[in-house]
Amino acid sequence: MGFLDISHVTKSYGQVQVLHEVDIAVQEGEFLVLVGPSGCGKSTLLNMIAGLEAISSGDIAIKGRVINGVHPSKRNIAMVFQSYALYPNMTVGQNMTFGLEMHGVPKPARDAALADVAKLLQIDHLLDRKPGQLSGGQRQRVAMGRALVRNPDVFLFDEPLSNLDAKLRVDMRTEIKKLHQKLKTTIVYVTHDQIEAMTLSTRIAVMNKGYVQQLGTPKEIYDTPANLFVATFMGSPAMNILPATVVMEGGQPHAEITDADGARRLLRFSQGNLAEWADKPILLGIRPEAITDPEGADRKSANIQPLANRVTVTEPAGSDTFVTMTLSGKDVIARMRADAMVAPGEVFDFAINMDKAVAFDPATEARIPQ
Amino acid sequence: MAAVTQDTAVSTGRVTRTFLYVVLGVFALFYLLPLYVMGVNSVKPLAEITGGNMMALPRVWTLEPWRAAWSTAQIGIEPTGLRPYFLNSILMVVPAVAISTVLGALNGYVLTKWRFRGDTIVFGLMLFSCFIPFQIVLIPMALVLGKLGLAGSVPGLVMVHVVYGIGFTTLYYRNYYASFPTELVRAAMMDGAGFFQIFWRIMLPVSGPITVVSVIWQFTNIWNDFLFGASFGGTSQPMTVALNNLVQSSTGVKEYNVHFAGAILAALPTLFVYIVAGRYFVRGLMAGSVKG
Repeated sequence: MGFLDISHVTKSYGQVQVLHEVDIAVQEGEFLVLVGPSGCGKSTLLNMIAGLEAISSGDIAIKGRVINGVHPSKRNIAMVFQSYALYPNMTVGQNMTFGLEMHGVPKPARDAALADVAKLLQIDHLLDRKPGQLSGGQRQRVAMGRALVRNPDVFLFDEPLSNLDAKLRVDMRTEIKKLHQKLKTTIVYVTHDQIEAMTLSTRIAVMNKGYVQQLGTPKEIYDTPANLFVATFMGSPAMNILPATVVMEGGQPHAEITDADGARRLLRFSQGNLAEWADKPILLGIRPEAITDPEGADRKSANIQPLANRVTVTEPAGSDTFVTMTLSGKDVIARMRADAMVAPGEVFDFAINMDKAVAFDPATEARIPQ
Repeated sequence: MAAVTQDTAVSTGRVTRTFLYVVLGVFALFYLLPLYVMGVNSVKPLAEITGGNMMALPRVWTLEPWRAAWSTAQIGIEPTGLRPYFLNSILMVVPAVAISTVLGALNGYVLTKWRFRGDTIVFGLMLFSCFIPFQIVLIPMALVLGKLGLAGSVPGLVMVHVVYGIGFTTLYYRNYYASFPTELVRAAMMDGAGFFQIFWRIMLPVSGPITVVSVIWQFTNIWNDFLFGASFGGTSQPMTVALNNLVQSSTGVKEYNVHFAGAILAALPTLFVYIVAGRYFVRGLMAGSVKG
């Protein structure tokens, strides 16, 4: 049992079921990120925790208390909204203490709580301003301050960084992480940005079409995705997915990739248990950073497979160079050191770290356990 | 913004501009002419008017017609002037405007932020009331007023105007609140504010422009209403009915100067409301029509 328990929760609007049997137990102090494309049900789930939407079936409990029918203000939760939702007619100070005032906290206690939080977020000089006079980053801080001031059991964040420009978003991301490390609060955070999910969370729930596709630590999600959706959704650029066949060569399973011109290439798998898939088609998943030049290959890897292929495009991004080649009719992206000597049009010796390769069942799209 | 509009407007030469202002000036004068005639003749003795030359300035200035219109003129059978009827109008218009505006705001709030099954149908039905001609409801309204014991009284007129005004005020506030971010209401809910606290502390403070629209609209319509006043006014008839009785009297000499003064008196309150609140009027009418 967790601190925040979501058990068998579903949500339907009439005949349309938008959430199917969600089960997540969040531990105290955990930073859970719900991530997925728009329409996946992540915001609906958050709103159900907040009490803004009714639960169709199942239970949500905080500290063992089932809160299904409890009014949002009595759940001891606080929420940071996407639009910040600051009251335009009130000053920053009034915004932040409105919740305390509504809960009947006397003025001296409110002022003390306000002063603490304002200092923590470094917004003490803004307390007398109206939200309209603040910059985007400042509004974001005030919105967080309004949540913090109530000292709730659970914080809910609904895509809080999506209205900020790219630079500020990265800064605020770090700030939220720092805040979490300092305060050790329990957070449920909704985003569609997989980088936010990876960087902030202690655990991620990847959602799609109303189902939790995978629940796990960022590393588990990234390295051992449960299925094709998780594999391609998490990571940028996305994981390369290639149709391949498992063939046995010298007692070892290999992925056989057939090019458009009929040429066959063999890549030896690191794991032996794919033998039972011999002669069957699979989908081979290789992350861009697992394809490099031979000098840049991971020295810790026990299984680097060479692959010579023509380079179609190179995209130097400063810190890395992205190299595109064509394999079995698909564009495959490799992420290399910035100073890898690659030129478009030439045949290059790629090095593929097969320790990091994953295989999916083409029928179910689930990962084949290795 | 003003500078931008000037720069991007079609450039006009000095001659064109002068021509424009002359034309505009002429039109302004033309439309002000009736007011001039009313004003000038309301401060003339009757003899000067009946002697011809309505357009001339008075030779003898007098405020007697105003005094007469206000307090001594024969209205119907009583020589009371317009004063008691002016008071009736005030007693009718202030509560009617206030109640219909508050109810409209509450309706708009519920129809946008506390939506329920069939809310659009309810709103559609309320909109209907904006299109019902006054005459159609006279007889049913008379029945209802009679049953409620409000016939021929100021509270009865207040009720009639509130009922008629709710459709419009609901329309205004609903459209205004439709563009009000729902996340704010949700945030306030999570902060623990109740139905009326959210209305009072979050919604109303930002409803200034639309309130001005609602007040101007309701005030003008209710103040200028004649039909309901004449039909249901009974012994507490409003200003418009009294003015009609003053001007339409068929016996005695027609005191045009008193009539002019009375007409201006009847128009003054709406004029006052427009001047005080008018600059918000257009802003409020536009609010909510476009997102921004």
